Amino acid sequence: MSEKTIYLDNNATTRVCDEAVEAMLPFLTEKYGNPSSMHEFGGQVGNSLKKARLQVSELIGAASPDEIIFTSCGTESSNTALRGLIAPHKKHIITTKVEHPCVLNVTKYLEKKGYETTYLSVNSEGEIDLDEFKNSIRPDTAIVAIMWANNETGVIFPVEKMAEITKEKNPETIFFVDGVQSAGKIPINVKNTKIDMLGISGHKIHAPKGVGALYIRKGTPITPFMLGGHQERGKRGGTENVSGIIAMGTASEQALNYLDDENTRVKNLRDKLEKGILERIFNARVNGSRINRVPNTANISFEYIEGELILLHLSDLGICASSGSACTSGNLEPSHVLRAMGVPFTAVHGSIRFSLSRYTTEEEIDYVLEKLPDVINKLNLISPFQKELKELEEMKRGCLALGKQKGCCKAGKCS
Amino acid sequence: MWEYTEKVKEHYKNPKNVGSIEDADAIGEAGSLSCGDALKIFLKIDANGIVTDAKFQTFGCGSAVASASALTELVIGKHIDEIEKITNQDIANELGGLPPQKMHCSVMGHEALESALANYRGESSDKKSKVVCQCFGVTEELIREVVQHNKLKTIEEVTNYTKAGGGCGKCKDDIQKILNDELQKLGEIAAKKPLTKTQMIIKVNNILENYIAEELRKDNGDIELIDIEGNNIYVNLKGACKNCPSSNLTLKNFVENILREHLGEEVNVIEA
Repeated sequence: MSEKTIYLDNNATTRVCDEAVEAMLPFLTEKYGNPSSMHEFGGQVGNSLKKARLQVSELIGAASPDEIIFTSCGTESSNTALRGLIAPHKKHIITTKVEHPCVLNVTKYLEKKGYETTYLSVNSEGEIDLDEFKNSIRPDTAIVAIMWANNETGVIFPVEKMAEITKEKNPETIFFVDGVQSAGKIPINVKNTKIDMLGISGHKIHAPKGVGALYIRKGTPITPFMLGGHQERGKRGGTENVSGIIAMGTASEQALNYLDDENTRVKNLRDKLEKGILERIFNARVNGSRINRVPNTANISFEYIEGELILLHLSDLGICASSGSACTSGNLEPSHVLRAMGVPFTAVHGSIRFSLSRYTTEEEIDYVLEKLPDVINKLNLISPFQKELKELEEMKRGCLALGKQKGCCKAGKCS
Repeated sequence: MWEYTEKVKEHYKNPKNVGSIEDADAIGEAGSLSCGDALKIFLKIDANGIVTDAKFQTFGCGSAVASASALTELVIGKHIDEIEKITNQDIANELGGLPPQKMHCSVMGHEALESALANYRGESSDKKSKVVCQCFGVTEELIREVVQHNKLKTIEEVTNYTKAGGGCGKCKDDIQKILNDELQKLGEIAAKKPLTKTQMIIKVNNILENYIAEELRKDNGDIELIDIEGNNIYVNLKGACKNCPSSNLTLKNFVENILREHLGEEVNVIEA
């Protein structure tokens, strides 16, 4: 391993913030009581949970902390929302082709139980057609499950608008949002929307792994997925992950504090990285809308070379990122998100996701911009597609020359 | 993160013999871009049939680069009769092993080598064999060859070695048939002998007892086996079931379904 670590894989997981570590530690040592106990020793823990619930509710703008239940992760939050459906005559689900597996694998499972799913398409920018969405809502649509921001591309779906469309057409349809990749990155204010449920994950917002939350709007009908004790007001049995929840509360408060930083400094760093890569590397292209996107994510394909190979070479330099290549997934198919967007195979396998956080510094971005071109140039030489690479290079050079005249390069709108 | 050997890491960090040969005597290709990996090898072969130079270009992951790099080292300086015998296992061994899910990289190396040798001999390398896996364009011939050489026993292994079945998964039944066929050839699974009547009676009785009778007893009924003739199983419903108006439904929908699940679709249940 390299001596330094430049962590640009924050959509996979994040470093736990110091404030969260500090807040959780007493609950691993002296304050180990069970919040359900009938003694003061456990009761004080219960009070701390209350505070954490309030902190999380503030991050997503819930009307009341009582609308938050804690879970073990984002996946459990999605499972709870989708598997808690209670209307037996409503057997239709709407989701998208680019959801996280924690939604897609649940809808596949529910299909075996008699449900029917509509999988909405996306365009080449990764965006949904709202008319197609509107037309897919039926009287028997039980739930709409849509991610707020895509984990691979960072593309934002207009979930607030979609929730309104849903309720207008069928007030009984439940609107669930997978908010894992949007919490802490863009402002969220669920109380002003028609969203019924929203799932988030602790470890994506600088809390530890093993804790998540689900917002359930007051009055939303749902059956509990995890049965057990009366914890979480009967909606999620099991003794609370107290230290994790406390940390998630503190991390939520911090995320709210850093929201401005995320949308200014972090965004600028992301843009600098992206622009720098596109200027320096001719076979680089950005995947997904550059307008409707969370501020920390850049998904860039290096055409005609393979993603795992890039990651391995970056890893040797201490740079951590992810890829949508088939080789990294453990199954043999490349990213379902990029394929749904119609990204050509030449680019899907060479896609690299850089995701930044409040801890990312300008020096780190400069280091990546210094090192990455050499890696890509070296790997370009291994590619069997030398002719194609050469053509691409000439085309880009021509385009750049023309673009500088026309000024379209600055706008990042190279077609 | 994959567990790559130091040898694999060495090869993908600093691959040997990258590039092309302008006046190559043999060129071999395997894989395709849409499948996620592709390999091209170039060989220079002298008048005595000795490989004097080898180069490669690949679109692939770390282990694909390492496999190709190791392959070029394996063939340089050797006679073509000798390199003909190189198997995908030899490539994997040269690398100190590959993770199971990455064995297909060594298979791709071997395929490219075979294609180069066919090209050298002026043979057409067109694949005439039937394509089994449409997602990754894997032929029956390749699956059989890889199953034989690597003594594969499960569909998962076939997927790890050839990628076949790793996409939509529709071809898994076909892969299983090929596997059964190859394993039978090896004598790994004996061709199924029909059960004797006594064996059959014991088996049916066990199924009745373990899966059926208990359910019927809940409704104060029961069942007993009377006789078996070929695929016809004769039973008697007893107790409350005997005079139940839906006994025929019970027999056909419940008893017969469960027996068919265990014995095959061809059996019939008849009230004696």
